[in-house]
Amino acid sequence: MNLGGWIIMIVSVGFVTIFLGWCIYRVVREPEAPQKLHAQAEIDTKDQD
Amino acid sequence: MKIPEQCLLLPADRYDAPTRGALRRWHVNQGKEAWGTRAGVILAVAGSAVGLGNFLRFPGKAAQYEGGAFMIPYFVALFLLGLPIAWVEWALGRYGGARGYNSLPGIFRVVWRNKLSPYLGALGVLIPVAIYMYYVYIEGWCLGYAWKFAAGQMALGPEQSAYGTFFSNFVGLNSHGAAYDFTTIHFADSALFFLGICFVLNFVLIYRGLSKGIEWFCKWAMPALVVCALIVLARVLTLGTPDPAKPDQNVLNGLGFMWNLGWGGKTIWQQLGNAQMWLEAAGQIFFSLSVGFGIICCYASYLKPNDDIALSSVTAAAGNEFCEVALGGLITVPAAFVFLGTVGVIAATKSTFNLGFVTLPMVFNTMPLGQFVGAVFFFLLFLAALTSSVSMLQPAIALLEEGLGLGRRASVSLLGFITAAGSAFVVYFSKDVIALDTMDFWVGSVCIYILATIEVLLFGWVMGIEKGYQELERGAEIRIPKFVMYIIKYVAPLYLFIVFAVWLRQTAGAYVQKIGHDPVVAMTVGFIVLVLVLAILLTAQSVRRWNRIHPLQKENGT
Repeated sequence: MNLGGWIIMIVSVGFVTIFLGWCIYRVVREPEAPQKLHAQAEIDTKDQD
Repeated sequence: MKIPEQCLLLPADRYDAPTRGALRRWHVNQGKEAWGTRAGVILAVAGSAVGLGNFLRFPGKAAQYEGGAFMIPYFVALFLLGLPIAWVEWALGRYGGARGYNSLPGIFRVVWRNKLSPYLGALGVLIPVAIYMYYVYIEGWCLGYAWKFAAGQMALGPEQSAYGTFFSNFVGLNSHGAAYDFTTIHFADSALFFLGICFVLNFVLIYRGLSKGIEWFCKWAMPALVVCALIVLARVLTLGTPDPAKPDQNVLNGLGFMWNLGWGGKTIWQQLGNAQMWLEAAGQIFFSLSVGFGIICCYASYLKPNDDIALSSVTAAAGNEFCEVALGGLITVPAAFVFLGTVGVIAATKSTFNLGFVTLPMVFNTMPLGQFVGAVFFFLLFLAALTSSVSMLQPAIALLEEGLGLGRRASVSLLGFITAAGSAFVVYFSKDVIALDTMDFWVGSVCIYILATIEVLLFGWVMGIEKGYQELERGAEIRIPKFVMYIIKYVAPLYLFIVFAVWLRQTAGAYVQKIGHDPVVAMTVGFIVLVLVLAILLTAQSVRRWNRIHPLQKENGT
C-alpha cells in the first residue's frame, strides 16, 4: 500500500466517520422538539373555517 | 381552527397564512400514520439507502476504477448530486405530507397544480414496487446463504467453480423454471423457500404500520447490521498473510488494491481524466442514497410540518456513507484480494453477483473462522436488503390507502398479490437472471433517473428556489447554504442529464436490441409496462377521489 493509498483511505474513512459522528452529536444534542411533547394547551391560529 | 401547541415552534401569529393553512391541514390528517421518534425516521431512511450496493457494488466499482482516485469524483458527486437531491426529496415529501398526502401522485399534485402532475408521480409507485419484485429474491439468496453458512452447508472446498455451480443451482441460472424444479434440490434448501420467508417478513412489517413495523424494525436492524459489519471487518483486517507461499497476498496489499493512488504508473491527474470514472462515481452515489425511488418523499411525508429535515436528511446520508466507505470499502475487496490476488479480484469485481455469491463464499470458506464470518456477513446483507425492501412497499400502500380509501388489510393484500405475481415472474425466468437484469435496467436505472430529474425540476423550477428554501429552512437544525438552491436549480439537473445521457448511450443500445431478439426480455418489458399502466389507473382513480373530497384550491391558508 503506497503513501497515496494510506492518505486517501484515512481521509475517506475518517471523513465519513467524523461526518456521521457530528450528525449524531447534533441530533442527540438538540432538546426534544416541542411537538414531541404531550398534553400541551391548544392555541388559536386565528384561521377562519 | 385550533392547532395543538405541540405542532408549533413559534407563536401562532408568527406564521404566515400559507404555513398556518398547512399546519391546519396536517392537523386534520392526524388520524393517519406518523413516525414515533426522530431517530426512527433517520434509521428508516438510512436503512432504505443501505443495501447490497454498499457492500458489493461500491467496493467493486472503486477497485475497478483506479483505486483511491475513485473517491474524488465520488465525494464531488455526493455534495453536488446526492445531498441536494436528498434535500429535495425530504422537502417535497414533508410539503406534501403537511397538505395531507403521503403518496407521490398526491405530493406532486400539491407541488405542481397541474392535471399531469399526479401521473408523473405514478413513477414513484411503479419504481419501488417493480424493484421490490426482484430485490426480495436477492434478499432470499442472502438469507439462504446466511443459513447455509450457519448450518455448515457451504463447505464446498477451495475451488471457485464449486461455488459457481452451487449458485447456479440455487438461483436457477441454467434454465427458465429451474428455480421451481425440486427434483435436484429440496424445497427447504431452495431459493424459493427463502424468498417466501422474506416475502412474509416484509408484509408482516408493512402490515404492522409505519411506526410499529418499519420504524421498530429499523431501530434494531440498523445497529445490528453495523455490529455484524464490524465483526467481519475485524476478521478481515486480522487476516495477515494467510498463505506464506504467497507473501504478496496480504491484508495491506488488499487495502492497497482498493485505495492506492497511481496505478500502472499513471499520475493522479491522468487517473482523474477518466470520464467514465466520474460517471460511475455519480451513478454509485445516486443509487446508494436511494434518491429517485420516491421512497424518501413518502417517508418524509409522515413528518410533522415543523420537524427538521435539513439535519435528518444529512444524518441518514452520513449513515449510508459510513456503511459504504468505512465498512464496505474495508471488507469486501481486501478479503477477496488476500485469497485471490490481483487477477482474481479484477475478474470477481466485474460482476456484483459473482463477487457476492461466488467469490466471497469461497473466500470465507478459506479463512479461519470462515463459517461464522460467512454467516454473519450474509446475515448483514440480509438485514441491509430487508430494511431496503420494506421501504419499497410503503409508497404503494400510501397510494392504495389515501387514493382508493382502502384499509390496511385490503391494501396489504392487494399489494401482496401484485408483488407476488411479479416475483413469480422474475423467479421463473431465471436463466442468466435475464428477467431480473431487464427489470433492473429499465426500472432500477432508467426510471429512477427520470423520476429524480422530475423531482429536481419540480423543486427548483415549479416550487421555486425561494419557496423551496423556506420549506427546507422550516424547523431546520442546521443552516443549509443558499447556494445549494442554485445547485439544485441549475447544476443537479444538468449533472443528472449528462450522466444519464452518457450512461444511456453506453448501455441502452444492447438492452433495446434485446427486446427484439429475446422473447423473455420483451415479456419482461411488457410486464413493466403493465405495472406502469396499473399505477397510472390507480392514480387516475385516486385523482377522481381527491377532486371529490378535497379539490385543489389556491393556497391562501384558509
